[in-house]
Amino acid sequence: MAECGRVDSNTSSHTMDKSITLPPDEIFRNMENAKRFAIDIGGSLTKLAYYSTVQHKVAKVRSFDHSTKEAAGDKLYEIAVQEEVTARLHFIKFENAYIETCLDFIKDHLVNTETKVIKATGGGAHKFKELIERKLGLKVDKEDEMTCLIKGCNFVLKNIPHEAFVYAKHADSEFRFQTTNPDIFPYLLVNIGSGVSIVKVESEDKFERIGGSSIGGGTFWGLGALLTKTKRFDELLQLASKGQHSSVDMLVKDIYGGSYACLGLTGDLIASSFGKSATADKEFSDEDMAKSLLHMISNDIGQLACLYAKLHNLSRVYFGGFFIRGHPVTMHTITYSINFFTKGEVQALFLRHEGYLGAIGAFLKGAEEDNPNQYSWGENYAGSSGLMSVSPDMNPMQRARSGTFPFDMLEMDRLDRQLVNLPLLQDPSSYIPDTVDLTEDAQAREYWLSCFEEALDGVVKRAVASQPDIPEAAERAEKFRQKYLHKLQTLRHQPFAYGSLTVRSLLDTREHCLNEFNFPDPYSKIKERENDIALKYYEKAVKSLEELSWEDRQFALVRGVLAGNVFDWGAKAVSEVLESNPEFGFEEAKRRLEDRPWLVDSFDQWLERLKGPPHRCALFFVDNSGVDIILGVMPFVRELLSRGTEVVLASNSGPALNDVTNSELQILTERIAAMDPVIDSALREDRLTLVQNGSSSPCLDLSRLDKVLAMLVRERQTDLVIIEGMGRAIHTNYYAMLSCESLKMAVIKNSWLADRLGGKLFSVVFKYEVPAGAGKPH
Amino acid sequence: MSHRAFPWFGMDIGGTLVKLVYFEPKDITAEEEQEEVESLRSIRHYLTSNTAYGTTGIRDVHLEMKDLSLCGRTGNLHFIRFPTHDLPVFMQMGRNKHFSSLHTTLCATGGGAYKFESDFRTMADLELHKLDELDCLVRGVLYIDSVITSGPSECYYFENPTDLDHSAQKPYTLENHYPLLLVNIGSGVSILAVYSENNYKRVTGTSLGGGTFLGLCCLLTGCSTFEEALEMASQGESTHVDKLVRDIYGGDYERFGLPGWTVASSFGSMMFKEKRESVSKEDLARATLVTITNNIGSITRMCALNENIERVVFVGNFLRVNILSMKLLAYAMDYWSNGQLKALFLRHEGYFGAVGALLGLLHPS
Repeated sequence: MAECGRVDSNTSSHTMDKSITLPPDEIFRNMENAKRFAIDIGGSLTKLAYYSTVQHKVAKVRSFDHSTKEAAGDKLYEIAVQEEVTARLHFIKFENAYIETCLDFIKDHLVNTETKVIKATGGGAHKFKELIERKLGLKVDKEDEMTCLIKGCNFVLKNIPHEAFVYAKHADSEFRFQTTNPDIFPYLLVNIGSGVSIVKVESEDKFERIGGSSIGGGTFWGLGALLTKTKRFDELLQLASKGQHSSVDMLVKDIYGGSYACLGLTGDLIASSFGKSATADKEFSDEDMAKSLLHMISNDIGQLACLYAKLHNLSRVYFGGFFIRGHPVTMHTITYSINFFTKGEVQALFLRHEGYLGAIGAFLKGAEEDNPNQYSWGENYAGSSGLMSVSPDMNPMQRARSGTFPFDMLEMDRLDRQLVNLPLLQDPSSYIPDTVDLTEDAQAREYWLSCFEEALDGVVKRAVASQPDIPEAAERAEKFRQKYLHKLQTLRHQPFAYGSLTVRSLLDTREHCLNEFNFPDPYSKIKERENDIALKYYEKAVKSLEELSWEDRQFALVRGVLAGNVFDWGAKAVSEVLESNPEFGFEEAKRRLEDRPWLVDSFDQWLERLKGPPHRCALFFVDNSGVDIILGVMPFVRELLSRGTEVVLASNSGPALNDVTNSELQILTERIAAMDPVIDSALREDRLTLVQNGSSSPCLDLSRLDKVLAMLVRERQTDLVIIEGMGRAIHTNYYAMLSCESLKMAVIKNSWLADRLGGKLFSVVFKYEVPAGAGKPH
Repeated sequence: MSHRAFPWFGMDIGGTLVKLVYFEPKDITAEEEQEEVESLRSIRHYLTSNTAYGTTGIRDVHLEMKDLSLCGRTGNLHFIRFPTHDLPVFMQMGRNKHFSSLHTTLCATGGGAYKFESDFRTMADLELHKLDELDCLVRGVLYIDSVITSGPSECYYFENPTDLDHSAQKPYTLENHYPLLLVNIGSGVSILAVYSENNYKRVTGTSLGGGTFLGLCCLLTGCSTFEEALEMASQGESTHVDKLVRDIYGGDYERFGLPGWTVASSFGSMMFKEKRESVSKEDLARATLVTITNNIGSITRMCALNENIERVVFVGNFLRVNILSMKLLAYAMDYWSNGQLKALFLRHEGYFGAVGALLGLLHPS
């Protein structure tokens, strides 16, 4: 059973000191626009879910009307900051003791009158039904617990990368996050509440409870309370973690004197749980009994889970329920049991947001008319607490925050675009975007955390500078600094808080925090200025390239892309040079480039390939605005077009650093087309297409791309993928395997990373790859 | 034809109990009697004239098999048990009765055959012939089933298992009913899939067995013997201790076809202080018995499904005088399989390993 009834430790009261004030800035955010509520009340924790809309400032660029062009002065295009409304899901978890205070707060801040019902699930829902109805004036509508659980589970598995993890107590990193397999079904969910429910999930709507067991969390708790002086669940786990089960259990070696070798049973294996306590004249310590009990129950659940997994031929088994909920002790014993019974064939999987599944599911039940499953959602790192390692010595909730009452949050943003895999990934299920997992690499983690910390002043400065006319910008920027610093500190202690820690996640978290404090595009004006300057040189650059011999031109084009890529405000080394020396130009960049042979150099193979037939279609993931896109990428694209290759230019949907966004690129391309008949005709004939990638990150996750892009890639029979820049081709996708030819080009603008890769500052990566067994390109 | 010298013993030294089978020849000729050494006669006399040995040794007289033909000899097979912790007393007795002078082989199985091998050598001057316990178990089960032709049937099942009050034991013939799932419930549990006398595999096992029942009962109630624990269990009510489906849902959980009486959480009500204060020791003993038994039932059922086997034979000393557990197992097999699975039981429940060891002596393979 998933249910966990009311328990004595919590019966003290569910009311609390009314003088506790809630921190409205942090908890119950955007309550003014909240609609659709759902609540999941468990044995000790309440999980509240609501849907709300968030007003965001977004930077929009718009081409000036040609008739009024003169009036715009020397501006390339118009940058307007607009208010945009986006949808966000809020989930908050707090102890049942605070439920009344929270309901009062919600009532005071709830202005939306449309809301009439609140979906409720969980064992405690009936108990608080009357209170909720009275306080909120909403009708409580109960939903089946298991249905909610499964709905929630499907939702997080589909929408949150790195949701599932394997727990390894003694490994370098306790949490090993799993890559999201696009196909999440079928799977087995073992929910360990007071009893155990084993559910086979076959599709979004099809699941079946195939079995269960009465030996579950309630058995541990109930027997533990009878056998020891400890009466609380958490404390019993803590007790167990200090015990020695071998004084209570009869081991194989107690019977055999050693191992039972012919069956492969080792001496330390438990032959009979509590087998040594069958005596009236011996005392056993509470710790030892609790440990024996924990092993007995974990092993039993693990064994049954394996038997069901085997019978139904399922290899993905997720564990949840209050017995698991972030407790390292039980995650370890369950993992151990699964390894033992399946000889490592099945891995026990756990979920980062396991505690929220019921609330998410109940919410989704109530929001079916909004079709939430039609959209892609993304975890908002700025508004989510992240996974806490629950040391048995500490109450998880007490660690979450200090000062106010403890709570935990998850926020998910509805994305404008539906995200899917790049169809050209060789194996989507094993694709990992990130090159280095900082959760596992402590040295790299230390470097990057410090690097981001040191860069923070500059980011704050730039954010303030981007809003010169707004006096309170400095104050907001300071709040941003505090928030991001806090995140970095959290990650220092809990690198696994948001899944695998990577350079990408650090960058994305920064973008989320900037957005949170209404700095939607701190680089907008810089980008505009750079674009403007670069456009002036475009014709000259193209002309000088055309004067070169074919072979020299191919090399010059590649050097151009690489030199253009040196212009990058995202990299510390470069932004310093750019800010101190505005004269640092394209030619200077070329001079700075490493001479061939480069650090990674397959230019000769690329040149050889170019002597062959043209590619059908090239997909080009672009990077920075300014010199990079205009003087580096565009001439390269122009050459491809001239060869007869169609080109799809994929750029960011939303701003990130000085990366060119899709809307900026639209304007730039039009301007270039006006100067260059090659680009102009390609554009008109649809041989050059601009698409957005669905992301607002300086990095690139090829498993979460705009659906339109994926369709186009398929339609055009794309046979070449080009990825440019450090964020997209080195921090991510360096090892990405594609099913077609690929070209990864980047300049390493970070001396630490250069060092790591065996190069030096401004080393060049030029990686041209043809998939093995792809046959001869045609 | 074997010419093994008497005495004929088979011994199974488990984690909790030592099981001993002894073949008492009844066809001793006058000539043989003349030649029989004193120590051999003394052992035979001691074992057959008593039903209890020391304070803890017991001969299960009701299980004795009379006029059994074994390797050309006719005699009675006796079934004796004593706690493993009294093994030193047994060894001392063997020494006093000059057992080692008989130059017999003592066939032993169970973990203790390995653990106490050197103790037998030093304390009783005896060399053990060690046999694998699962080989012995399978051999013993199939042998006993094949030789019992009269008297109470060795194998039986419960008719109407879903009506606990009116289910009755009915005889059953195991013969050639392969494949069988053999569940041996001793201190721990082993589950074997048996395809023929010489073809079997251990499917799995669980540490939640008879030792767990007794161990937990001792801790929860202060009792000290299996009989005491069973007696308490027979008087208790497990629903005071467990949380049932109806305690949560007010009735059946229809969405998943779970009847209200299903146990949702074993000992689940013991999370609450007021409930803990109101239960009796008998209730706790009963809940422990039900929990352990049902858990064995579920694991067995899953194994039967995975191995595609429909007949399950439960053996082991956990079932001794434990009609409650047998009925629960019969019920669980029948109910959760919709009548597909049949739970079978054997009268000599805990002695098959020892019988197998004796056969190992007579028919060394």
